[in-house]
Amino acid sequence: MSVQFFLQQCLIGLTNGALVALVALGYTMVYGIIGLINFAHGDLIMLGACLALSLVTAFGLATAGPTATWLGIAMLVVACGLFCGTLNVCVDRIVYKPLRNAPKLAPLVSAIGVSFIFMNIGLFWLGPSDRSFPELLPSTNLLPGDGLQFTWKDLLVLVVVVPLMLGLSLLVRTTRLGRAMRAVSQDPTAAALVGVDVDRVIAATFFIGGALGGAASVIYGLYINTIGFQMGFQNGLYAFTAAVLGGIGSIPGAVVGGLVIGFVRSLSSAYVGERWTGAIVFAILIVILVFRPEGLLGRRTKEKV
Amino acid sequence: MNASIPAVVCLLIGLLMAGCRPADPTLVTIVSSLPRTGSAKQQSDTIVRGIRMAFEEAEGRVGPYRVEYLDLDDSTAAAGQWTSEAEAANARRALQDPDVVAYIGTFNSGAAKVSMPILNLGDLLMVSPANTAVGLTKPGLGAPGEPDVYRPTGRLNYARVVPADDLQGPLSADWAKRRGVKTVCILDDNEVYGKGLADLFDERCREIGIEVLGHDSIDAKAQEFKSLMASIKAAKPDLVYFGGTTQSKGGQLAKDMASAGIGALLLVPDGCREQVFIDSAGAANLEGRCFVTFGGLPPEKLTGKGKTFVDRYRAKYHETPEAYAVYGYEAGCVVLEAIRKAGTKDRRAISDAALAIRDFDGALGHWGFDANGDTTMRTLTVSVVKNGRFEFEEILDVDAHAEVDGADEDPPGDAAANGAAPAEPAL
Repeated sequence: MSVQFFLQQCLIGLTNGALVALVALGYTMVYGIIGLINFAHGDLIMLGACLALSLVTAFGLATAGPTATWLGIAMLVVACGLFCGTLNVCVDRIVYKPLRNAPKLAPLVSAIGVSFIFMNIGLFWLGPSDRSFPELLPSTNLLPGDGLQFTWKDLLVLVVVVPLMLGLSLLVRTTRLGRAMRAVSQDPTAAALVGVDVDRVIAATFFIGGALGGAASVIYGLYINTIGFQMGFQNGLYAFTAAVLGGIGSIPGAVVGGLVIGFVRSLSSAYVGERWTGAIVFAILIVILVFRPEGLLGRRTKEKV
Repeated sequence: MNASIPAVVCLLIGLLMAGCRPADPTLVTIVSSLPRTGSAKQQSDTIVRGIRMAFEEAEGRVGPYRVEYLDLDDSTAAAGQWTSEAEAANARRALQDPDVVAYIGTFNSGAAKVSMPILNLGDLLMVSPANTAVGLTKPGLGAPGEPDVYRPTGRLNYARVVPADDLQGPLSADWAKRRGVKTVCILDDNEVYGKGLADLFDERCREIGIEVLGHDSIDAKAQEFKSLMASIKAAKPDLVYFGGTTQSKGGQLAKDMASAGIGALLLVPDGCREQVFIDSAGAANLEGRCFVTFGGLPPEKLTGKGKTFVDRYRAKYHETPEAYAVYGYEAGCVVLEAIRKAGTKDRRAISDAALAIRDFDGALGHWGFDANGDTTMRTLTVSVVKNGRFEFEEILDVDAHAEVDGADEDPPGDAAANGAAPAEPAL
């Protein structure tokens, strides 16, 4: 196998991994703040994709010109981001907030419940079979020559995902809200004592995590071109794995974890065999967790008494 | 809380009574078990319509009995396709109802593996309109122990009206050879049907000198196959073969194949011969390059009774039936014929009567069941996707297949593959 082939697989791994990372951020942020594994996150993204498909159909984007298409995609990202963010905040208010002081298992099981509710809404919305997401972007190759394939679709993934991630890390590192988020994640009680409005910070976290998921849902539709009411589960599983791999609660960790999963999947498909990809991803997860239980970039947490 | 206890008791008594309900001497119930939700729904809708039309034609009567039809679902919305649990529940339910005398199904060969041994214990006749995996009936071709593992009583109760994959797999390879294909990449979905077919195709390719560049299984739950397609692109095959169905990601494969810029032909089996496949892959990605094989004639090529059926179907439902509709109709007709010949509600008698059918004049032409419960019909056709629809391309010639065999020395696997139905004259 040639170097070119290896590079091609790395490109695919990079784009796939970036998409996984974007979803993983939603898991890791919520976990970092309230210690909840939000199993409904994958299905939230599925609902975002439903909305994206409905909007594309309603506005006839599939037949629009190139400028209108790019504008349309930007609008889709914003609309689905707002939708998923708001929905996530609502779920937090209605379902998780009353359970804030309950044992950890209660919100976890509720999250699984929410995931099923979302899945059924998606079943209603999309119907039982997979739906084709219109190809808004051409599959023309942007790189010269026939060897390496890098299309508008791949570019779109990076163009949307990279700025969103940079923006998020800037927000967490430099803004007041970011500082409040870090404070709540370290110790909610102490943060409240020094005047941080904990509920508002949590709501903001849910909104940002959901909005990133909404953006991911649009990218997913445009990149994979097939959506279905069950896509949330697979998506969620890989993203959650990425978050754990990178160290759950850590934002750079989620990005690294997502990229690792993307690369492992494409390289194992190329050099081991497509049928083993799932097994290899999870085998690597286990190996890493055996040697670094806190994940690649996670901090070792002391058990709270 | 207390109020619900009597309700539960009533319900239990009701269930018990239903279980022990005496048979109605004037009624025969025929059930079908097909995937009625998920993406197979469109196909199974037309099969069910075909079955209904068979019963309506008989005016809901057979011999002294009224015919009642029960349309069971072996899929769940949550799974989006058939599940073992649903299929097993359907089989048990049919077995427990004393009025049920025949079971039409299943659509998926994997599902048949679940219900065949259950129904066999009660000698309940099972006629499949769509199973094509070889191991279900043919000794020596499937996994070790097949098909006896499906017949715990040692008696036969299963028959199918559709030709099995020991024809489809090798003939597809022969077709590819005639089209000038030199190299092929083979994919399958790791299911009973898809993998079985892909293995047969693979074996035949090696025999007739088509180079197999790779054979890999996909995970039917994966969402995209971009890495896989990059590997295939690097291998530069003339043809990509996928042993699988629309439900096991046939559409997504075609999509990713096109977007990876692979110019090869795509050949898929009958499990993808439904409009949903074209819709899910995107018509433009298949146009002129995707070929599909199918056991039997497509609806527009049927003659005689088959044509009458298609015309009546069109008049009634205002659309062209999917490819398997006529097999549903034929299965319904075969079941009625078996009940008529048996002249009793005895399940074993009906089962025996059905498997004894040697010459049946039906919508698919003149055919019968052989000693394994397989149809003697040996027609296969290839269609191509054009303008977003399947268009008939050619009939695959079974005799030509035999000639190619003769030319070969005698590869052992091949002799077995053709030994399954040697006595029956080809069409």
